[in-house]
Amino acid sequence: MNKTISIEINGKSSSFSVAPDEMLLDLLRRSGYRGAKVGCREGFCGACTVLLDGRPVNSCLIFAARADGRKITTIEGLGDPNNLHPIQDAFLKAGAVQCGYCIPGAVLSTKALLDRVPDPDEAVIKRALDGNLCRCTGYKKQIEAVKLAARKLKGKKK
Amino acid sequence: MTVSPKKTRAASKYRVVGTSPVKVDGPALVTGRAVFVDDVEPDGLLHAAVLRSPHAHARIKKIDASAAEALPGVKAVLTHKDVPRNIFTTAGQNYPEPSPYDSFVIDRKARFVGDVVAAVAAETEKIARQAVGLIKVEYEVLPPVLDPRLAQKKGAPVIHDEKEARVVLPIDYRPKQNLAGHVDVVIGDLNKAWRTADSVIEGEYSTPYASHCAIEPHITLSLLDPAGRLVIYASTQVPFHARRIVANALNLPVSRVRVIKLRTGGGFGGKQEVLIEQLCAALTLKTGRPVQLFFTREEVFTSSRTRHPQIINLKTGVKKNGNVTGIDLRILMNTGAYGAHALTVVSNSGSKILPLYRCDNIKFWADSVYTNLPVGGAYRGYGATQSSFAVGVQMDEQAHAIGMDPLKFHQRNHIREGETSPIFAALGEGTEGVEQSIGSSGLAECIKRGAKEIGWKSKRGRRGSGPVKRGVGMVILMQGSSIPYIDMAGATIKLNEDGSFNLMVGATDIGTGSDTILAQIAAEVLGVKTGDFIVYSSDTDLTPFDVGAYASSTTYLTGMAVLTAAEKVKGQILEVASEMLNKPVSSLELAGKKVSPRGKGAGKSVTLAEIANYSLYVKNQKQIIASASRTSEKSPPPFAAHFAEVEVDTRTGRIKVVKYVAAVDCGQPINTQQAEGQTEGAVVNGIGMSLFEEFRFSSTGKLLNSNFGFYKIPSARDLPELKTILVVTDEPTGPFGAKSVSEISINGPMPAISNAVFDAVGIRLRHAPFTPEKVLRALREKRG
Repeated sequence: MNKTISIEINGKSSSFSVAPDEMLLDLLRRSGYRGAKVGCREGFCGACTVLLDGRPVNSCLIFAARADGRKITTIEGLGDPNNLHPIQDAFLKAGAVQCGYCIPGAVLSTKALLDRVPDPDEAVIKRALDGNLCRCTGYKKQIEAVKLAARKLKGKKK
Repeated sequence: MTVSPKKTRAASKYRVVGTSPVKVDGPALVTGRAVFVDDVEPDGLLHAAVLRSPHAHARIKKIDASAAEALPGVKAVLTHKDVPRNIFTTAGQNYPEPSPYDSFVIDRKARFVGDVVAAVAAETEKIARQAVGLIKVEYEVLPPVLDPRLAQKKGAPVIHDEKEARVVLPIDYRPKQNLAGHVDVVIGDLNKAWRTADSVIEGEYSTPYASHCAIEPHITLSLLDPAGRLVIYASTQVPFHARRIVANALNLPVSRVRVIKLRTGGGFGGKQEVLIEQLCAALTLKTGRPVQLFFTREEVFTSSRTRHPQIINLKTGVKKNGNVTGIDLRILMNTGAYGAHALTVVSNSGSKILPLYRCDNIKFWADSVYTNLPVGGAYRGYGATQSSFAVGVQMDEQAHAIGMDPLKFHQRNHIREGETSPIFAALGEGTEGVEQSIGSSGLAECIKRGAKEIGWKSKRGRRGSGPVKRGVGMVILMQGSSIPYIDMAGATIKLNEDGSFNLMVGATDIGTGSDTILAQIAAEVLGVKTGDFIVYSSDTDLTPFDVGAYASSTTYLTGMAVLTAAEKVKGQILEVASEMLNKPVSSLELAGKKVSPRGKGAGKSVTLAEIANYSLYVKNQKQIIASASRTSEKSPPPFAAHFAEVEVDTRTGRIKVVKYVAAVDCGQPINTQQAEGQTEGAVVNGIGMSLFEEFRFSSTGKLLNSNFGFYKIPSARDLPELKTILVVTDEPTGPFGAKSVSEISINGPMPAISNAVFDAVGIRLRHAPFTPEKVLRALREKRG
């Protein structure tokens, strides 16, 4: 039996009719938030990462109904191609994007990190990106991107 | 030609080449707006699911799909009875393909656990999977071949007993003996080589099955357009090969098939296979509806393609002075249930390592055999990965045996600029190879700078006194750039009225950055910025032919096609400008988005926008547009020297890579940042293969670790201190001096890490991956 739930996605509240076994990832994708990607559906790869109340989660492992009354940030809630978020800009400038399939997840994990820890060291960055598998880049430039993003965001706050 | 580093730094002889503009597809990718196949959802979309064989080897005696068909929401069920029985190869290679024709859309026989038995299209994925469970199959279970060493034994079960199995090139193919391909070459006199050697070493090495693990699983969407043509949205490295193979498999003329490559979420060779397009298309033809076939991660592991495992027997002879007298490389390669790239991968195991060492006596012998295990395919490194491991380790063993520093050993033995190897002519891709001499090599510089960066002199032989030992190791590498006289690439460039350009290429950017790199090449010629190009790749209706993203060919080969097309367009621009300015073409130059008379104060200039407007609207109207296509006559090797520093915990057997240095000569990097990125990605993938990536099977041939929980790939925390050094050279045949970069560096970690472990604890690891169990066992054996 479907249930009507309400979620605030990227600052906008909407209600959704969801089946009890529907996953958050599927709800988001069918609602147009296609930046969350399907990579394994098993909670290992992190391509489906979104922020749930500010924390990165694998949306493939969370029932949509559990998001009822909560806040979600997807990649669509950051910048757009003509107006990049500083983290997105940093990922491009650092050369941290190759095929791009894991990137929405990695960018969101970075946002969650930098919201909590504005000046993370390399070990902390590696831990934050650990759940976002990438086969293209070897992570080096992604780690550099996070450092660059941290500098950009700090500069902005001043 | 080697360019000294000083000269390179001073010589910004290029305006755009060698810089690192932001990827042209970057903003869409980083904001999640880029369209991958899963992001296309046409009205009436059906979802497909595949019934897969639970048996390694079985004939389908009876198949009853009636219960599945009766399930509400199911729109089609296909079994072997419902698809054309056309044999083909799934290997996305040039026609005629050097891989055997041994595959059907769906066959009457299953040849590995995970082979296709039937396919369903239904209104939802859930219904499709439910329907798959309702298909009743009666199997005649056959004895399987699960060990490549037993594949050719007398009386072994014949895996490809279908009468249609054949080859379309004159290659050694003996399906009755489970032999999918064989190649051998002898150069010089091996007996003499062993006689004259001071040290002869023989050893067995092996590499396991491994998965590409592109984060986007294999996916296809097919539909019929309003004219009834089949349109396939593919995540592919090879759209044009896909069009040809699908048309052939389904009895359609090529003109009725259109393949559109959308953004592709990584390939690494795994999407050089036309594996799911024909099955998905068959469901569309049956239902008339759009169908999406999206592999689960488990299916990617079990039923897509893999790195071919190899058992390598290597014998080398070396004199005390370090000269290599002979190399005898014998390979038994397991191609699994189908012969995708069966011959060419193993041929490359010879052709992409044997020329690296100066040596007059060489024997290469290779069998590629069928087994009832998952199917091999193209995988970044393409055979060179496996053989570079064996050769790289044994050369280190030889250096140790004659008491020479491996650094010195490699410095004296590697091939030089202007030199050739008989292997180039002897070993090709299913045919003979092409003779070539080395036109550019920065290998000596790679060795020198890599050694300095790792601290070779200060770290070598200093193990430390605690239970955790340290060591450094090295290896030298080569690859190729395109397949000469076989690969072909085309490009079209068109000028728009605001002075922007369309660049249309059949080459497939699968994350490799080729859209950007090709735009940079065109921008260099046309005096504009990379961002002035709207790049479109690739669509079999709209872009020129290109073999696709494989064989390290795109930058080198498509790059030359783009360069040629850009020069043609430049010629047209100058002609129009000449008419507008009433000045001879020879007096004009194109730079900074305008054409001006040469020399200061020589008169008025016209902008590209004015030129475009003039030619579109004013006089002698025409579209400024040009196409060009190119083949290559050479496959210039990139070279590399890799260095690893490791820690080995002698209590646990755990290896930790502390630092890794990849010094690479890829000619002139077109996009420095992307060239580094290719190197870093390849190295980290190689570290995974060295330390933990491998398929594990049950005794009945079922893959046991078909997810990222049990088949680990490196995550951010596995990254060592990683340093990439690009040694710039100028390849005379390449576009602006470029060679390839994407594959070579995956070949380094296995040998470099193995050699570093030897330096640390004195054990030789000859079987990848180097798990703690293997390390502990070797340490125990060494203690005796």
